[in-house]
This record gives sequence, C-alpha cells and structure tokens, in this order.
Amino acid sequence: MTENTCEYFESGHRACGGCGPALAGRLITKAAGENTIVVASTGCMEVFSTPYPETVWKTPWIHSLFQNSAAVASGIEASLKRQGREEKVVVIAGDGATFDIGMLCISGMFERGHDVTYICYDNEAYMNTGIQRSGATPYDASTTTSPAGKLSNGNKRPKKDLPAILAAHGSPYVATTSVSTPKDLMDKVQRALNTPGPCYVQVHTPCCTGWGFDGCKTIEIGRMAINSGLWVNFEMVDGEIVKAKKVSRVPVDDYLKSQKRFRHLFRPSPKTEEIGKIQEIANRNAEKYGIDIKPFH
Amino acid sequence: MLQIMEGSHAVAEAVRLCRPQVVSAYPITPQTHIVERLAEMVADGDLDGEYICVESEFSALSSCLGASAAGSRVYSATTSQGLAFMAEVVFNVAGMRQPVIMTIANRALGAPLNIWNDQQDSIFLRDSGWMQFYAEDAQEATDLHFIAYKVAEDHNILLPAFVCFDGFILSHTYEPVDIPSQEEIDAYLPAFNPYQRLDAKKPMSFGMYATPEYYEEFRYEINAAMQRAKDVIRKAGAEFSEKFGRDYSGLVEGYRLDDADTAIVAMGSVCGTVKDAVDEMRDAGERVGLLKIRAFRPFPKEDVREALKGVSNVAVLEKNISLGSGMLGAVGLEVKDAVYGSGSSVHSYVGGLGGRDIRKKVVKTLAEWARQGKDDCFFGLREELL
Ligand SMILES: Cc1ncc(C[n+]2csc(CCOP(=O)(O)OP(=O)(O)O)c2C)c(N)n1
Ligand code: SF4
Repeated sequence: MTENTCEYFESGHRACGGCGPALAGRLITKAAGENTIVVASTGCMEVFSTPYPETVWKTPWIHSLFQNSAAVASGIEASLKRQGREEKVVVIAGDGATFDIGMLCISGMFERGHDVTYICYDNEAYMNTGIQRSGATPYDASTTTSPAGKLSNGNKRPKKDLPAILAAHGSPYVATTSVSTPKDLMDKVQRALNTPGPCYVQVHTPCCTGWGFDGCKTIEIGRMAINSGLWVNFEMVDGEIVKAKKVSRVPVDDYLKSQKRFRHLFRPSPKTEEIGKIQEIANRNAEKYGIDIKPFH
Repeated sequence: MLQIMEGSHAVAEAVRLCRPQVVSAYPITPQTHIVERLAEMVADGDLDGEYICVESEFSALSSCLGASAAGSRVYSATTSQGLAFMAEVVFNVAGMRQPVIMTIANRALGAPLNIWNDQQDSIFLRDSGWMQFYAEDAQEATDLHFIAYKVAEDHNILLPAFVCFDGFILSHTYEPVDIPSQEEIDAYLPAFNPYQRLDAKKPMSFGMYATPEYYEEFRYEINAAMQRAKDVIRKAGAEFSEKFGRDYSGLVEGYRLDDADTAIVAMGSVCGTVKDAVDEMRDAGERVGLLKIRAFRPFPKEDVREALKGVSNVAVLEKNISLGSGMLGAVGLEVKDAVYGSGSSVHSYVGGLGGRDIRKKVVKTLAEWARQGKDDCFFGLREELL
C-alpha cells in the first residue's frame, strides 16, 4: 500500500455520528488518490456528502441517478480513453443501488469489460429512504419493509451472493472487505484500481441508525460480524477464491444481540431454532471460504 | 452533390460529420439502421470514436451523460419504448446541462404494441428540458444535426436536443440528400469545448442534491436557457443557410401563408403532403397555407403568432394526443396559447396515430372543418371499430 496522508473526503458532511459508509468514503478516496473520478449513486453517501452548494469531495465527483452509476462510469471511461486521459474511474454505490436496481447497468458494464472499479458500501439495507430491505439484507433482519412481527422473523431470504455473480461475468478481481479492517480495505481498493478491467469491491459498512447500535461501536460491530463468520473478507482473482481472512470464530449470538434489527430473536426469550439457522449461514460461509483457524463448536 | 440515400443513412452520415467521440445506443425499430451504419463506420475507421454496445437504452443515455460530463461530444438515437425506458435519464441529462444530441425516429408508444409512426414518443418528453426539432424530409433531418450540436454546445445554452424524424416515413425511405463535406462541417461546427468537465486537475462535483432553498433556481435557469435558445437557433440556422444554401433561419416556416384565411399547422414529414394539398387548394381558389413547426421546444410562440396574423381558421394536424385534455394534441395546446386574443380560432385534429396514413384528401377535409369551426376531434377514425 502506498502511504497517502492526503484527504479527498473532507470533514463537514451530514452523516450520522459513527456512520460506517462515511468512513468507507474517506478510506476509499484516500486509497484511490487524487487521480480519480468518483461516480456516485443516490443514497445516504450522496446525500450527506453533497448538499448543494457544499461538497466534501476533493476529487471530481458525479451523481446522476440511483441505478445508473455503472453506465455513467462506462461512458466516462470511454470518454477518457478517447481523450487519452489516464484518470481512474471509481463507482461508490450503496447495496440497494448495487444489488437491486442497478443490476442491469452493472451487468452490462462488467460484460463489456470497462476499466472501472465498482465499490459497493454495503450497509445491508436502503438507509436513505428509511431502512427498507435490499437484496443485501441478511436473513432475519428486521427492516421497515421486512418487519419482524407475530408471524414474521424479519427478512426471509439470505444475502444475494453478488461477488459470485460479478466474478461469473469474468471480472479479474472481486473482493470483500470491511471498514473495521481499514488497511485491508485500502489495499483492496488499490489492487482493484491497478487491475485492468471491471473490478468489484464490497465493503461492509455498519450503519448505527439502520441497524440500531450506538454510533461509537461501528468498528466493533464490524469486527463482530467478521468474527462470527457472517461477514467474510476474501479475494477472488479470475473467479477463484485466492484468500480469505481467517478467524477464531465465536457464535453468532453476540453479534445478533448487539443490534436492534435482530432484537426480536431474543424477545421475550431467545428463539434458538431461528438463531440456529443464522449460525448455519455462518458455518456454511466458514466452510466455503475456509476461514476457521481452529474447529468451531 | 445530391445522392439517393435512405433517411437513416443520411442521418448516420450527418452524425459522422459531427465527429462524436462517444456513440452509445441500443437498437429498436425504426431507429436501427442509424446505429448499425454508425457501428459499420467505427468498424471501418470512418468514424473515429468509441462505440459503446450497451445492454439497454437506459444505459445508452446514462453512458452518454457520463461521457459528456467527462468532456466528449456524444451521440445516441432511439424511439418509442426505448425513449420511454430512458425517461428518467432524459430529465437528468437536461438538469445536468449536458449537450447530448439524440435522434428520435418517431414511433407510437404501446400498448398496443405498434412500431409505426406518430409523434407521441418525443412529445411525451416535451417538459424534460430537451430542445426538440422536427424534420420534414431526409435533408432536413440531416442538416438539423449540425444545427442541434451547435446550439446545444453554445455556452449560453448547454441544453440537450432531440432531432426528430418520422419513423419509416423518413427513416426507411430513399430520397436525394446533399451531404456536406467534412471540411465544410468542420468550418461550421467547431470541436467540442466543454463548459466544465470531470477533471482530476480541477475537481468539481456534478449532479449534487439541492434542497428547496436551491432547487427552483435550477429549473428557472433551464427555462431561461430555453428562451435564449430561440435566438441561438435562428442564428445557427441563418449561418447554415449562408454556408449551405438551405434556409433554417426560422423556428417555423410558412408555406403560402401570406393572404391565407385558413392555415394547417403541422410538424414533420406530413408537411410535404400538406404542401401538395395546399397547392391544389390554392389552384381551386382557396386561400390556404401551411405553418410548419420546426422547433417545438423551445416553442416559438411569437413566431407562430406573427405567422398566423390575419388567419381566421387554424387546423392543427396532431400526430399525438394529450390524453385527458379533451381532444387536444400537444401542438394545438401551444398554438392556442400563442394566438390567444388575436382572433384566430384554432382546432386540434388528432390522427395518423400508430402509422395510419394521412393523405391530401384528409388535409383538405381538415381545412374545410376549420373553416366550418368544427370542434377538436380525431380524424380518420374507423367508426365501425368503436
Ligand atoms: C428509481 C428510483 N427509485 C427509488 C428511489 C428512492 N431511493 C433513493 S436512495 C434509495 C435507497 C438507497 O439505498 P442504498 O443504495 O442501499 O444506499 P444507502 O441509502 O443505504 O446508503 C432509494 C430507494 C430513487 N431515487 N430512484
Ligand atoms: S443512516 Fe446509516 S448510512 Fe445513512 S448516514 Fe446514518 S449511519 Fe450513515
């Protein structure tokens, strides 16, 4: 990693205190450096960082719509190529923009092979419109459109495996990382930028408001996700998993208990069967990515 | 030199001469021949630009927006369902003041699915902040591209534009067309000089969000640019006329309107038929003329009022309908507003929808209806189907 002391994402934005995506924005731009054009999708990050006439972005930045960042970036890349310019193009978009509504444009951009790094800050729901579920929302999370209720334990489907989908498009570099592992995050962003072709980095960005935890615990919550196996930091090169962060896994319970979105699983008493299903998801992750340092019980 | 060419190919030649650096489009009938020809030109090295084979119209216009913001001259083409699919980006391009030029091979909108011509597609985006030009024939469709780029990229305007020409009737018909030389066009249309661009050497934020404190002024500015565009179009048209001998100095064009008591108002290819019908009616001693509208946005209200001065009866031939507004099409609404209080009575006659043929006989009937003061209505309806 190249040392970079400059900031390209200035202070003074309007994010909630302890916002994971805000931290991601700062780390991503720091890693990418000044020779970068950022394309943003509608969402929390766009709204808190650019209330006209103010902006926190010290690199050129453009926002068009919620779902077209990959297509806008494709055009920018083609335009730069035509002009013989060498700026890097980076998309920074939320999980809703990426997993759901933007899929058409993203699939097109990856299939066409544009030299663009697409970064999804994954706060696991639509936060800007008030915490609705997305294709990235984890199993059993309660959101405003997947509320837990008398007949429901929250979101009924597991997270969409977007890294696998984009790797299947022939992406040379796909990685996941977390704001809780800043060095890893910056390394992976730089690796993606230095790999020609369409690359994807998915950053786990805990959202204190949407998940329901104290804003001073963002990093801690991110680490708990990794240590539970519900979030895995890994790298795929040409479709093969080449590296995954190993952990001494702990049961998922503590991670779930730390956030209001899973509170219904413990009230009035722990729903052990449901929690067991989530533990299964973590176990499958651990097996698939080979992250266990020692056998997990 | 006049060459016999398909309308779409004439448009493709015009686009090539404008030297777009990025072309991004998705095929749809009857626009396909334009983009296929451009792809061939790129493949043969006759057009020195990037051709992005996007997966949808939505991405076509989105990528044009990005390419334009990064400082390239861009081009796209579509119609009907494709244009509807782009709608969100259409508004966004105008709001972000990118001078994108897009050809619309006008076609009806579904449902029911219909690939033939009317002008509903571009009309439905009349409030999007794009300039809209309508061509009568392949020559005009060709020439309007040069003018459109010149006006759109003017730093006092910075608005995108549709160059509309009727699907099939013009896009798939062979006509003699005079294609200017590259030197001539280079002398008329300078290289793209973006007002602002995404550039790491001079970082700027584009497309931010604006609160109620700021939003309204952005809309005001777009509208003000539209108003300024009228003069810029006249000027660009006059310069074109001087250089190439074809007159585009007006946003409207009158045909045998002096001394007319009755006028047909129309846009696009049907104007040719109307001119023939007018000639025949004139031969029969009727004082009839045509007012052709070439720029529908910005709408040349003053020019329309001036041109229709002294005309008692106006029949607007509409190839679109503003559903729910009574029987009116969008053009009639504008013309009524333009002549309000001047004594002319304006009638809006809707027809030719979904490709139904409009013949001279029909045009003569509409002139007669206007004289009789017949209310706004459809013409050419098949009563037995209702
Ligand atoms: C076509 C369209 N549909 C819906 C919206 C409303 N909308 C704006 S942002 C957003 C959610 C953003 O979610 P995500 O991408 O996860 O980013 P976050 O807000 O969580 O940062 C939605 C639904 C929109 N702007 N455009
Ligand atoms: S709601 Fe979440 S993502 Fe949005 S600003 Fe607050 S903490 Fe950040």
